[in-house]
Amino acid sequence: MLEIKNLHAEVEGNKILRGIDLTVKPGEIHAIMGPNGSGKSTLSYILAGKEDYEITEGSITYNGEDMLELGADERAAAGMFLAFQYPIEIPGVATMTFLKTALNAQRAARGEEELSTPDFMKLVREKAADLKVTPEMLRRPLNVGFSGGEKKRAEILQMALLEPTLCILDETDSGLDIDALRIVSEGVNKLRSPERGMIVITHYQRLLDHIVPDVVHVLSKGKIVKTGGKELALELEANGYADYVGEEA
Amino acid sequence: MAAVQETIDQVKSIDVDQYKYGFVTDIESELAPKGLNEDIIRFISAKKDEPEWMLNWRLDAFQRWKTMEEPEWARVDYPKIDFEDLHYYAAPKTQEGPKSLDEVDPELLETYKKLGIPLSEQEVLAGIAPENRVAVDAVFDSVSVATTFKEELAKAGVIFCPISEAIREHPELVQKYLGSVVPVSDNFYATLNSAVFSDGSFVYIPEGVRCPMELSTYFRINERNTGQFERTLIIAEKGSYVSYLEGCTAPQRDENQLHAAVVELVAHEDAEIKYSTVQNWFPGDSEGKGGIYNFVTKRGDCRGANSKIAWTQVETGSAITWKYPSCILRGDNSVGEFYSIAISNGHQQVDSGTKMIHLGKNTSSRIISKGISAGVSQNTYRGQVSAHRKAKNARNFTQCDSLLIGDKCGAHTVPYIESKNATAVFEHEATTSKISDDQMFYCQARGLDEEAAVALIVNGFVRDVIQQLPMEFAVEAQKLINISLEGSVG
Ligand SMILES: Nc1ncnc2c1ncn2[C@@H]1O[C@H](COP(=O)(O)OP(=O)(O)OP(=O)(O)O)[C@@H](O)[C@H]1O
Ligand SMILES: [Mg+2]
Repeated sequence: MLEIKNLHAEVEGNKILRGIDLTVKPGEIHAIMGPNGSGKSTLSYILAGKEDYEITEGSITYNGEDMLELGADERAAAGMFLAFQYPIEIPGVATMTFLKTALNAQRAARGEEELSTPDFMKLVREKAADLKVTPEMLRRPLNVGFSGGEKKRAEILQMALLEPTLCILDETDSGLDIDALRIVSEGVNKLRSPERGMIVITHYQRLLDHIVPDVVHVLSKGKIVKTGGKELALELEANGYADYVGEEA
Repeated sequence: MAAVQETIDQVKSIDVDQYKYGFVTDIESELAPKGLNEDIIRFISAKKDEPEWMLNWRLDAFQRWKTMEEPEWARVDYPKIDFEDLHYYAAPKTQEGPKSLDEVDPELLETYKKLGIPLSEQEVLAGIAPENRVAVDAVFDSVSVATTFKEELAKAGVIFCPISEAIREHPELVQKYLGSVVPVSDNFYATLNSAVFSDGSFVYIPEGVRCPMELSTYFRINERNTGQFERTLIIAEKGSYVSYLEGCTAPQRDENQLHAAVVELVAHEDAEIKYSTVQNWFPGDSEGKGGIYNFVTKRGDCRGANSKIAWTQVETGSAITWKYPSCILRGDNSVGEFYSIAISNGHQQVDSGTKMIHLGKNTSSRIISKGISAGVSQNTYRGQVSAHRKAKNARNFTQCDSLLIGDKCGAHTVPYIESKNATAVFEHEATTSKISDDQMFYCQARGLDEEAAVALIVNGFVRDVIQQLPMEFAVEAQKLINISLEGSVG
C-alpha cells in the first residue's frame, strides 16, 4: 500500500533524508528506531504532507497514488494519519469541535455524508472511554494545557475516530506513564487489522512489547541502515546503535 | 510553500468582490439635492413632519457643526470628504413612512428577504418559537420601511418604532432623552448627525418589563452618493430588560459612502440593555475602491444604580471604521461590558474600541476585544478606561487580543488608562499572535482544507466573544466571519 522509493529531502540546504526505501503492506506494523536527529520525525512529516521540505529525489506512492502531488488534507482523506511527536495547541477550539470538524471534513472529501450530532457524540464517547479521555477533556480547547500524556492520548483518540488506513505514530510512547502506555497500546492494537498498515517510531523496546511489530528498521543519518524482525529491537535495546551507526560513518 | 505563505499570497489576490450583499435594489428614490445648508435641514424636517422644536434642535446642531473640524487622531487614512457632494436624504418614492406590511413595496420586501431578514410576520411566526421571535425595524436609506410585531410589543407596553414616528407620537420622551447621552456638540460626526439624521429606531421599555422578544434594526444603504445618518435611542426604565440587535449592509459601489450614526442608550436603576451589532457594510473591492466610511458614535449611560449595559459587536465590513461604543458608569454598582470582534481584510482600516468611564462607586467594566487582520488591512484597538475621583472600588478588566493572517497587515493597541481614585483597580492584558504554519499543518493533516483550517482557528480565537451573542446571531456571526475571511485563503 505504501511505497517509498529512494526518498531524498532537505531543508534550507541541509540534507536530512538521503535515500529511503520502505514498503508497508496492508496489515503490517513497521517500527522505526534510530538515534536523535536521524530523521524519523522528518520522514513522518513528509509522509503527512508538511511543506517545509524540499524533495530532491524519490517518490512516495500510497495505494498507487502519487502522494507528493497531494496536500496534507488530501492525504488525510486518502487514509493517512500522523500522531504527532509534539501535538499542536488550538486555543478556543473544544476538542469535541475539532474532532467533529476533522471527521466531517474527511467524510465530505470522500463524498460521504456528515455524521449527525447524536451519532457523532455516541461514537466519540465510546472511543474516548476506551482511551480514558474524560468528557471534561473533550470540552477543553484541543491540547491547550493538556499534560504530555493527555496530548498523546488525544492523538490516539483522533486516530481511533478517523479510522485511517495508514497510521504513523511518532514517539507516541514518550511522556506516557506505565498505565497510559498500556491504555494507548491497547487503543492502537484495537486498530490493528489486515487492511491497515502502521509505522511506529520509537526509542524504546517497551512500546514494542505491547505493539508487536512485523519489521524493525534502524534509521541513521537519513538512511535505513538495518532492517530485521522484532528481535532487532531487543538487540538494539541491549547494545545501542553503535554497530549500525558505525557502519555508515 | 508553507501554508501561511500561501495564505499571504492568496490574501494578496483577495477578492472582497465576493461580498454577497452587494446587489442594488432598483427602486425609484426621492433625493434631496446634494449639499448641506439650512434649507436641506428644513427639507428633511418637513419630510418627516417634525414639530418646531425638532427643527430648531437640528438647526442649532448645524450652526455648531459649521465651527467644528474633522477629527484626525484615528489611525485611518482617507481622502478628505466633500460634504457638499452628498445627498442628505433619500427615500424610496413609493414609501414615505412605515405603513402596514401589506402596503410595503414588494421590491423592498424582496431586498430584505435576499438579506435573510423576513419582514412578513406570518413567515416569522411560522418557523419560530415565541421566545425566539425577533421584531424588526427595517431602515432603507433615510426612512424606516417596516416595523414588525408592533402590536404584540405594545401589549407589554414596549414602544418600538422609527425615531421619526417617536418624535411625532412621543415627543415628551424624545425631548427628555435625545442628546442626553451624546450631546449635540460631542464630536464632528455626532454633531453632523444631530443636524441631518433621517431615521433609526426608538425603543422604550417601561418599568419592570422584560421585553418579550429580541428587537432588531436592519440598516440598508441603497442610493448612490448618499449619507446615512441614523439615530437610535433606547431607554430602559427601572428594572427593565431589553436585548437589541443591529445589522447593516450596503450595495457594492465604486465610490465611498458615508455612514455617521449616533446611538444613545439609557439604563435606569436595575435595568439592563444588551446591544449587539453585526456590521457588514460593503468593505470596498480588491483595490480598496469603494466601501462605506463608518463613523459612528455609540454611548450608553448607566444612569441608575445596579444598571448594566453590554455592547457586543462583530465588525466585518466598511472600508473605514471609526467606532467606540462606550459606557458611562454613573450609577453605583453599575456594570459596563464591551465584547468585540473586528475583522479587517483587503484594504480595510479599523480604528475601534471602547471607553469605560467610571463615575459611581463599585462600578465595574469588562472589555474583551479580538482583532483579526488579513490582507493589507490595519486594525487598531483604542480603549479608554477612567475612574473619577468618586469612583471608589472601580474595577476594570481588559483583554485585547490580535491575530494576524499574513505579514502585510497591521494590528495596534492603544490603551488610555486614567485613575483619580486610589481604590480603583484596572487590569490590562494584550496579546498579538499569528496563525502559525504548525497550526495550519496540524489541522490540514486531520483533513481540513486551508480555508476550513483558518476558519476553525479564527473561530477558536473569537470564541469568548461569540458566546456573548444571542444564539441565532452567534451562528450568523460565525458564518459571516468565515465569509469575510474567505478571500484570505482562496
Ligand atoms: N526545519 C529544519 N531546519 C533545519 N534543520 C532541521 C529542520 N527540521 C529538522 N531538521 C534537522 O533534521 C534532523 C532530523 O530531525 P528529526 O526531527 O527528523 O529527527 P528525529 O529522528 O525525529 O529525532 P528525535 O529522536 O530527537 O525525535 C535534525 O538534525 C534536525 O535538527
Ligand atoms: Mg522525532
